[in-house]
Amino acid sequence: MSKSLNLFAPALGGTALIVGVAYGISTKNYGAQTIENLEAQLASSQAGAETASAKVQAADAEITELMAERDALEAAVASGGGLTQPAPASDAPFNLGREALPEEVAAWDVDVLPDGRGLPVGSGDVWTGEEVFVEQCASCHGDFAEGSGNWPVLAGGFGTLADEDPVKTVGSYWPYLSTAFDYINRSMPFGAAGTLSADDTYAIVAYILYSNDMVDDDFVLSNETFLDVEMPNAGGFVLDDRAELEYAHWSAEPCMSDCKETVEITMRASVVDVTPETEEEASAEHSMAEPETETEMAAEAPQEAEVVEAAADPALIEAGQGVFRQCQSCHEIGAGASDRTGPQLNGIIGRTIGGVDGFRYSNVFKDAAETGDVWTAEALDAYLADPRAAMPGTKMSFRGLRNPEDYAALLAYLQSAGAE
Amino acid sequence: MDDFAKTSRRAFLRGSAAVAAGSVAGTAAAQDAPDPLITELQDWATFTGYGVDETPYGLPIKYEDDVVRRNVAWLTASPISSINFTPIHALEGTITPQGCAFERHHSGAIELTKDDYRLMINGLVDRPLVFTYADLERLPRENHVYFCECAANTGMEWAGAQLNGAQFTHGMIHNMEYTGVPLRTLLAEAGLDAAGDLSDKWVYVEGADASSNGRSIPMEKALDDVLVAFKANGEALRMEHGYPVRLVVPGWEGNMWVKWIRRMEVTDAAVESREETSKYTDVYEDGTARKWTWEMDAKSVVTSPSPQMPITHGTGPLVISGLAWSGHGKITRVDVSTDGGANWQTARLGKQGDTKALTRFYLDIEWDGSPMFLQSRAIDETGYVQPTKEALREARGENSVYHNNCIQTWYVNEEGVAENVEVS
Ligand code: HEC
Ligand code: HEC
Repeated sequence: MSKSLNLFAPALGGTALIVGVAYGISTKNYGAQTIENLEAQLASSQAGAETASAKVQAADAEITELMAERDALEAAVASGGGLTQPAPASDAPFNLGREALPEEVAAWDVDVLPDGRGLPVGSGDVWTGEEVFVEQCASCHGDFAEGSGNWPVLAGGFGTLADEDPVKTVGSYWPYLSTAFDYINRSMPFGAAGTLSADDTYAIVAYILYSNDMVDDDFVLSNETFLDVEMPNAGGFVLDDRAELEYAHWSAEPCMSDCKETVEITMRASVVDVTPETEEEASAEHSMAEPETETEMAAEAPQEAEVVEAAADPALIEAGQGVFRQCQSCHEIGAGASDRTGPQLNGIIGRTIGGVDGFRYSNVFKDAAETGDVWTAEALDAYLADPRAAMPGTKMSFRGLRNPEDYAALLAYLQSAGAE
Repeated sequence: MDDFAKTSRRAFLRGSAAVAAGSVAGTAAAQDAPDPLITELQDWATFTGYGVDETPYGLPIKYEDDVVRRNVAWLTASPISSINFTPIHALEGTITPQGCAFERHHSGAIELTKDDYRLMINGLVDRPLVFTYADLERLPRENHVYFCECAANTGMEWAGAQLNGAQFTHGMIHNMEYTGVPLRTLLAEAGLDAAGDLSDKWVYVEGADASSNGRSIPMEKALDDVLVAFKANGEALRMEHGYPVRLVVPGWEGNMWVKWIRRMEVTDAAVESREETSKYTDVYEDGTARKWTWEMDAKSVVTSPSPQMPITHGTGPLVISGLAWSGHGKITRVDVSTDGGANWQTARLGKQGDTKALTRFYLDIEWDGSPMFLQSRAIDETGYVQPTKEALREARGENSVYHNNCIQTWYVNEEGVAENVEVS
């Protein structure tokens, strides 16, 4: 236990000690000096006119106060810039905290190291991986792990690392396969982290390797085959060498005058114009754009009303199925639909809010269920437009429909696919 | 109207609005007529104000409601895995108020109670331990001021001047006074005999949120100045900064300051988690990448004038205010140039700098109304001088995303409007 203190004694205990000693010395010296100074001050003031003695006394009091302030400052500087002296180190443990049980360590200690330590027993093949991936990951990462929109790309990008815009994927960039297993197992899918089985995680990783053309379609990944996979960019990293390559060059006394002959603008941010606007500007622009939005909405409103009543335009339902891709990483709908990250959505209009038995809702949904309120088309519109605003505290990590105008189609699809 | 004119007009709106509203705030110019603010009885001077039971916990007065965090929507797919920026252009001194200190989450900010909080230490230790929040409060604690800077701060500026505002170019930083227990105290509780030779050991740390955001910290750093913190600026950490407990890793990139920290494992190798391989590694021009670039090198920026803080008072006395910091220790000097780096003047440091903490600097000048190219250049106690953008690009290319500590240039025109530019 005292090992740490021994090993880094020069770096740690040592500094603390030196600082401590320096602090002691400097305060003592400083104290002595202060007294001397004060005495000198006093002497000189006493040598002054007797009639001014009251004034002098006040001045002396002020000096004393100033000195005390400087003492405190000096002490703060001596203790290494910290606001407190170092916490006392002790060889005897404080005996706080309790022993972690093996089950507890097993539950939390799931990290996987590059040499494969930490991998659970299990296996999965490319085809199973594709199924799970399309179901749970594709809505954000694309069917072939090629990415969609701004969501991360997981496949491809080979040979681009030296390009202007390198594409850094599991295949093109990641040096260790363990990282993919470790990260997906713990942190994905986004919004339902920690729910994948070991076998499914192996299968997904196998599928991502396949999407990167790194394995064939009959590949099976397991804790036994894991280290056989070679990562193309394993040798692509060097340890931090800024000290040699940069610090050495960037430590000379810098030029102070006439350092350049001309100063010309070579690039300006206003040309790129990607800075977000502040609130006032945004609202000013919004009001300019308003008429347009209004006409758009007016044109669509009757259509929407019609849909809610008729609810059976096949083209609209089909369009809605497309919109539902935004939901399907978390929700199932239709015959045999079950709960996933989110509850199944059968018969959602008219269903009690937070009403699926056995699903673990957030508190705001639990409260809603207690009042017995049901989903109306309007309520759902508001919730899907801005989930967190409509139901503060909801655990649906969905930022809202990308395009609010899609709601009519989505609603048509939900009602048709989820009809009971 | 060309783009620059548009921006100028926008940025200038605030200034011209103030002019239109009467005498420019703060500039006491000679008056022909008496100032009604002085000669007439004002509401606030006759009616009473709010009572002490009005605001149990106060927010800034409504007139300051533009001093807020802002995000850049196009940067990320979802605001849940994203970043926002500290309004450093509008702050002074060095301490960042928690309520406007930048946030970066990989799976959103979580609500975790002190009662539900557990901290596990396992791996190569003599006794794997579980601490409650209450346990942590019983260990000897320290207070320190440190800056926390995201490795991607200024990352959008590698390829050229992009974002028009110090908040956006340099706002992934905050500086707080932390209260916490030294990590070495906790490791000593678990006992490090089992770890043997400590010189090649690591402490792997992870958070309780869905991202877990695991990082590997070399043992030497872990035993040096790392804190397990539960207070910032005197009060509990905010949810978005890891309530109830976060890690403070002084001088090192913000991603390692794991929030909602729930587990620390002593290991004999780096875990090579996603956050230390796929992310937070720096790709160079030839496609190779540098890894384990933990320290944040010395850096500085003029916070005012800056694009969000135009000069609205015309010529005469002008305070040039800025921030400097270094992950290697104290800032010892800051130079400021008003002519794009041709000539430099040493700035006045607002306060003797703390180690690995923000230092405020000032240059007080008489502005004659001619255009300026404002730059600042920090020097730290190791003698390191903040590099120019060209020097950085020459050394690393334009693709490394992280660790851009280049000298920033603001062009200030005759009207006092400032813009983010690059100069020759
Ligand atoms: C709801 C959208 C969503 C779904 C569904 C989703 N992810 Fe992700 N994924 C993300 C986001 C967002 C990130 C980046 C997180 C961050 O910023 O830390 C990410 C990151 C990743 C990364 C790391 C990418 C990189 O370059 O570092 C991998 C690998 C990954 N996801 C795999 C998966 C797998 C496998 C699944 C299915 C089991 C899945 N994801 C489901 C949104 C999603
Ligand atoms: C990232 C995962 C995720 C995505 C994507 C998502 N949801 Fe949800 N959804 C949830 C979760 C989790 C809940 C439970 C909310 C709670 O308990 O606070 C939920 C709740 C709901 C509810 C309320 C169900 C009930 O029984 O009260 C509806 C309706 C719903 N979602 C519809 C949608 C639709 C439609 C989409 C697509 C446009 C969508 N969701 C996208 C995760 C998601």
